[in-house]
Amino acid sequence: MATTKTWNEARARAVIDDHRALEGPLLPILHGLQAEFGYVPEQAERLLADELNLTRAEVHGVVSFYHDFRARPAGRHVLKLCRAEACQSMGAEANAAKLLTRLGMGWGDTTPDGRLTIEAVYCLGLCATAPGVLLDGQPIGRVDAARLESLAEEAA
Amino acid sequence: MMKVYVPADAAAIAVGADRVAADIAREGRMRGIAVEVVRTGSRGMAWLEPLVEVETPAGRVGYGPVGATDVPSLFDIDFLAGAAHSRSVGLVEKIPFFARQNRLTFARCGVIDRLSLADYRAHRGLAGLERAITLGPAGTVEEVKASGLRGRGGAGFPTGIKWQTVAGAQTDQKYIVCNADEGDSGTFADRMIMEGDPFSLIEGMTIAAIAVGATRGYIYLRSEYPHAIATMNRAIEIARAERVLGAHILGSAHEFHLEVRVGAGAYVCGEETSLLDSLEGKRGQVRAKPPLPALQGLFGKPTIVNNTISLATIPYILAEGAQKYADFGMGRSRGTMPVQLAGNIKHGGLFETAFGITLGALIEDIGGGSASGKPVRAVQVGGPLGAYFAPHQFDIAYDYETFTKADGLIGHGGIVVFDESVDMARMARFAMEFCAIESCGKCTPCRIGSTRGVEVMDKIIAGQDVAKNKALIEDLCETLKFGSLCALGGFTPYPVLSAMRLFPEDFGAAPDLAHAAE
Ligand SMILES: Cc1cc2nc3c(=O)[nH]c(=O)nc-3n(C[C@H](O)[C@H](O)[C@H](O)COP(=O)(O)O)c2cc1C
Ligand code: SF4
Ligand code: FES
Repeated sequence: MATTKTWNEARARAVIDDHRALEGPLLPILHGLQAEFGYVPEQAERLLADELNLTRAEVHGVVSFYHDFRARPAGRHVLKLCRAEACQSMGAEANAAKLLTRLGMGWGDTTPDGRLTIEAVYCLGLCATAPGVLLDGQPIGRVDAARLESLAEEAA
Repeated sequence: MMKVYVPADAAAIAVGADRVAADIAREGRMRGIAVEVVRTGSRGMAWLEPLVEVETPAGRVGYGPVGATDVPSLFDIDFLAGAAHSRSVGLVEKIPFFARQNRLTFARCGVIDRLSLADYRAHRGLAGLERAITLGPAGTVEEVKASGLRGRGGAGFPTGIKWQTVAGAQTDQKYIVCNADEGDSGTFADRMIMEGDPFSLIEGMTIAAIAVGATRGYIYLRSEYPHAIATMNRAIEIARAERVLGAHILGSAHEFHLEVRVGAGAYVCGEETSLLDSLEGKRGQVRAKPPLPALQGLFGKPTIVNNTISLATIPYILAEGAQKYADFGMGRSRGTMPVQLAGNIKHGGLFETAFGITLGALIEDIGGGSASGKPVRAVQVGGPLGAYFAPHQFDIAYDYETFTKADGLIGHGGIVVFDESVDMARMARFAMEFCAIESCGKCTPCRIGSTRGVEVMDKIIAGQDVAKNKALIEDLCETLKFGSLCALGGFTPYPVLSAMRLFPEDFGAAPDLAHAAE
């Protein structure tokens, strides 16, 4: 299950301090912050700029460049659906469209009850057992339309 | 204690391998049978996963795909002795898909306990590193050159030449960087080797470090691979504890420190200079070359950037000798390629083979045609920047030069199969869209032209001014080809134009028919 916690400067500082000694520490820190809060809070960008001697714009430029880093909290569960070619060849696009329509969601959206976020990814390396998805970090293969629907429903 | 082998490969887990492993352990306990479940990599036969194996006097016998309800009946028939069952596949290494391979890089994958250094050693592991220490840096570089190994990341650059450049650079610090970003759809060889034989990558990188005098290394591993990340991290800890990594490698004077760094979902970060910027903590934007990363790479220092498979093949070359590796292959494509058969294919998975096999043999004889049973209509070779091929071209030989001549590429070895239900105009649109989504933003044609390409494709799909819009796509592709700094923009025309030329019937009505309808 994904964690989403409210902003806490002490915890953010602890994450930064854990990785500060690394060569090129920014990405490991951002991953750490997202693991801690479920997203990269705006306050964290400010703190990072101060701590790593970067401008706010530089930090934001990095955060916004990478698809992984969220600007908003995610739902309690995160379902990543592969949209790349091998999964398309097995019907992934139609399955995804059906699910999103039924839930009234778009890519990257979270259900209003904060239960589930659905995100697009491009290849999970499950291309020989396509279509592939990642549910809270767990890989699942051969996900047809019915299976996809039950996965989305059962993630409570 | 009876050993049962169950893959811990993510694709096997994705179809239930963890549950099968747990069920076997529980069932054994319930029946009072001492069973040890050994977690291996995958043999690469995806349609048989979860593939469970047991040791018999004749060799490993397999059962697959093992479903949730199969475990009690496997015990009932005494599968531990290799007895027959409805899931029997017989001797695993006699399965035609497996028997026809040349498993050099993947020799241990699916066989050994992936996290046992003792198992690794027992299967010729570390023999290459020991030989590199004996040969010394110059001799090691020579050996890699003589093998003819070319980079398996996509560009096919000779690995030995790259190493020689880094070896010749004078500096206080050099780096070995493994490119484990594996972003191409239809590829999973890097993932499989990291999950199934992680020590081979560690050994390959350590040999590289000794060859060029580097003391630090990074594996840039994509975040989409949580299992590979966990396995690699664990293997590095073990290697450190056993002095395969660290201050005195295998008791020698050599030093090498290795770390995993996790990517953040950007395809372009597989491009080596963008990857280096990302490792440095920047936006992953492509750098202009020169300077070459070999001379000014990570933090401006001389750096080897090699693909995971290139590096994981090094132990074989050093252990068995360059000539033995070079004896496989054709023309200037020496050795083997782990071909990855993916998408709508009956027998998908990883097939390591000498270069020179035909595309048709890979798809029809080995892959068994489409998974759906419908005729194969198109295949994309070499990832999202690779060209589409149609069945009438299937006699093409799988090697670097032949594919280049055919306006295609083999890339990282992925082949994605589509059956007749595919709409090739949609695939061309997707290629443009992917370029737009993943562009690093540095070049205007790639950043803006690709979005324009999506719009134009939409018009073609809607049947609007088809001839004019097809000409526009040709123009856009021309601009992309010549106005792009890297292959993301530069090669997007391959899938787009090949789709349009091979499957004109999908791109609006054929011109004469359109006139006839007016
Ligand atoms: C857009 C783009 C994406 C790439 N992605 C990868 C990748 O995921 N893995 C990889 O090894 N090489 C990738 N490459 C190729 C690398 O730039 C580089 O050639 C390679 O890492 C060198 O290693 P090798 O010589 O061992 O193949 C990519 C290139 C481009 C232009
Ligand atoms: S072609 Fe695209 S991805 Fe490559 S450098 Fe230019 S803008 Fe960046
Ligand atoms: S294309 Fe979907 S997992 Fe590779």
